[in-house]
Amino acid sequence: MGKSSQSLFNAQLKRYYGFYTGGFLLFVLGAGILELLGVSNKIIGYVFLFATLLLYAGIGFMSKTAEVSEYYVAGRRVPAFFNGMATGGDWLSAASFIGMAGTLYATGYDGLAYVMGWTGGFCLVALLLAPYLRKFGQFTIPDFLGARYGGNLPRLIGAAAAIMCSFTYVIAQIYGVGLITSRFTGLEFGIGVFVGLAGILVCSFLGGMKAVTWTQVAQYIVLIVAYMIPVVWLSVKDTGNPVAQVAAYTTALPKVTALEKEFNDRETARGAAEESVRAIYRERASVAEIRLKALESGGANYLLTERKKLETAVAQLKAGNAADARAIYAAERAVRDFPIDPAKARDLWTKERANAIAKAAPVMAHAEPFSASDGAERGKKRKNFLALIFCLMVGTAALPHILMRYYTTPSVREARTSVFWSLFFIFLFYCTAPALGILVKYEIYHNLVGTSFADLPAWVSNWAKVDKALMAINDVNRDGVVQLAEITIGNDFVVLATPEIAGLPYVISGLVAAGGLAAALSTADGLLLTIANALSHDVYYRMVDPDAPATRRIVVSKGLLLVVAMVAAYTTSLKPGDILFLVGAAFSLAASGLFPALVLGIFWKRANKWGAIVGMLSGLGVSIYYMVMTYPFFGINAPLWWDIQPISNAIYGVPAGFVGIVIGSLLSRPPSGEVQKLVDRVRYPNFQMDIVTGVSKAK
Amino acid sequence: MKLTQRHLEYWRKNLGLTALLLAVWFIVTFVGSWFARELNELTIIGPLGYYIGAQGALVVYVLIVWIYARRMNEYDKEYGVEEGGGE
Repeated sequence: MGKSSQSLFNAQLKRYYGFYTGGFLLFVLGAGILELLGVSNKIIGYVFLFATLLLYAGIGFMSKTAEVSEYYVAGRRVPAFFNGMATGGDWLSAASFIGMAGTLYATGYDGLAYVMGWTGGFCLVALLLAPYLRKFGQFTIPDFLGARYGGNLPRLIGAAAAIMCSFTYVIAQIYGVGLITSRFTGLEFGIGVFVGLAGILVCSFLGGMKAVTWTQVAQYIVLIVAYMIPVVWLSVKDTGNPVAQVAAYTTALPKVTALEKEFNDRETARGAAEESVRAIYRERASVAEIRLKALESGGANYLLTERKKLETAVAQLKAGNAADARAIYAAERAVRDFPIDPAKARDLWTKERANAIAKAAPVMAHAEPFSASDGAERGKKRKNFLALIFCLMVGTAALPHILMRYYTTPSVREARTSVFWSLFFIFLFYCTAPALGILVKYEIYHNLVGTSFADLPAWVSNWAKVDKALMAINDVNRDGVVQLAEITIGNDFVVLATPEIAGLPYVISGLVAAGGLAAALSTADGLLLTIANALSHDVYYRMVDPDAPATRRIVVSKGLLLVVAMVAAYTTSLKPGDILFLVGAAFSLAASGLFPALVLGIFWKRANKWGAIVGMLSGLGVSIYYMVMTYPFFGINAPLWWDIQPISNAIYGVPAGFVGIVIGSLLSRPPSGEVQKLVDRVRYPNFQMDIVTGVSKAK
Repeated sequence: MKLTQRHLEYWRKNLGLTALLLAVWFIVTFVGSWFARELNELTIIGPLGYYIGAQGALVVYVLIVWIYARRMNEYDKEYGVEEGGGE
């Protein structure tokens, strides 16, 4: 493609997306007017979800294609700026959009590992991978491993690693889609998953990477607008300054810190009230502790005698003269809720104990890094903080759905610039999340704590009705006033409820839901396409049927896309546990399986086929082994290595991968001259030997 | 076609720039976080340790990528390995 037609294309895109953004803002305004006219919240929720879904479907439909290079790499004509935006959409997931600010609210400094890890990883992408992969200029990440290391085995392991990490990650996304659609439309979770799935498929099915690219740009715009509006509003409300990213630190944080001190100081009135709640929780913790001990020694017999006692209490109440209906009801309920199964009882009481201990602890200082009771604990926290950052960064730099995006720029030069734009758009989001966490904390500490239960704001009961795990307040010490220790807040609450906390109209809540949906859909799109492409291109075309014509390759890819999407949605509808764990696992698999082989493939000419095979397998092996042995879900609970949490398993997997490649390579013959030439070709954006460039080859 | 001296020099410059920027990345990320408690004693906008993790490091990351793209695109021209209009 000539330079002038590319810049014309760029100008056109800017105009289209300019109109699109303006149109979207008008749409939000229009929905706001509908609300003023008295249209119900439920309908506004529907309007937002279905209007945006329809919009993405429209873009997907307009981008339909049957050409190989368009289907796999969007024709390699996506300008740096737009590829950056698409990467932003690709990258910012449902978990980030809905959960990040809440995680920061709950964990203070320690949650910043995610913020740094998920942005800093792009330095590795920019410096070590993106320009070289673009120069290589094929279709998938396993393509590079296949060409660089030769033979089908490295390609196959690469494809397997790509599929494993993308599949784990896509489940987390579809889960987010189901959560949002079910919460804002009242559909059942399982149905919500499949409605969302339809939304994902319309974006990618007809047009592959081309359609995914242009919908991701659109989705990024929706999600960043949806994230920023409530934050700016809340910031103006609380600090008078619209720039939340500054005001949160200069104005809100000092106040939060002062309140934390007050809550922890028993001499003050509020501190004393907090202390009275904590005392009750300490009592509950010790009750749970006593019960657990008795269960340990008494087993099922203990449970039976305890239950008998409760039943006698009911009988006595009923027999009493002044039979109090409420007391009887409470006593009967205690019998009903009492666990008879020892395993269930242990689970229940362990949870109760942990919860009570957490509630009885003093308020954590938000800005204090690695807060712990003693130096040794603090050291462990610091070590794990650094390990987690490392794993997230290296994982970021090896996730195939992100790396794939840099195949789509017109040149190496644009690929480099494009990583800058990607990180810039991602930065906009991640530098806002910590500020939002602080502002919401200020709002809760300053405005909610201390109000009497009689005049709680409406959003408290609204959200408590939706889900007790998101928002619950109980008057534990029965003084009629809210104490901080009486409030339970779930991670997802912070973003979802910000519009209501800031006193914004419901239309903004609809906008936030649309933003969360955009975040989930755009990431899921990229992931599903990665999986389908690894299967259709790397396994089917490269290994099974290398003579397959272009049309059949695309048909196979589309068919696989449907199958993979169905399998992913089905797996998700079974609700397989912890989202955070799935995300962590995806990053670890990418980091330990793919990163060493990709980087050494570019920077170390001596790396060869056997090195790559040994390295990838040992990296994956170590990571998976550590995960299975230590993550509670698998039930083995082996001792940790140097106190490193299971989520950071890649801290062992990545070095194992590097060592494996070095040893395997040195023990076998150096790669052929052909391969060495390939490495040279990848290192120079324009090498005289390049008779055919990536673009002309793709056509 | 053999690599010329110019080619090797270009690659050396690339490696030098990459190493330098990775060193900055490492210091900001890992050394900065290691001393987060100590840095929190200082206040620049917010407590410095917290502020670096929440924003400062992120700004540095964006700058690292920007500088790399800019410098490398210049080196490409300087060493005659930039992509021609033929693409």
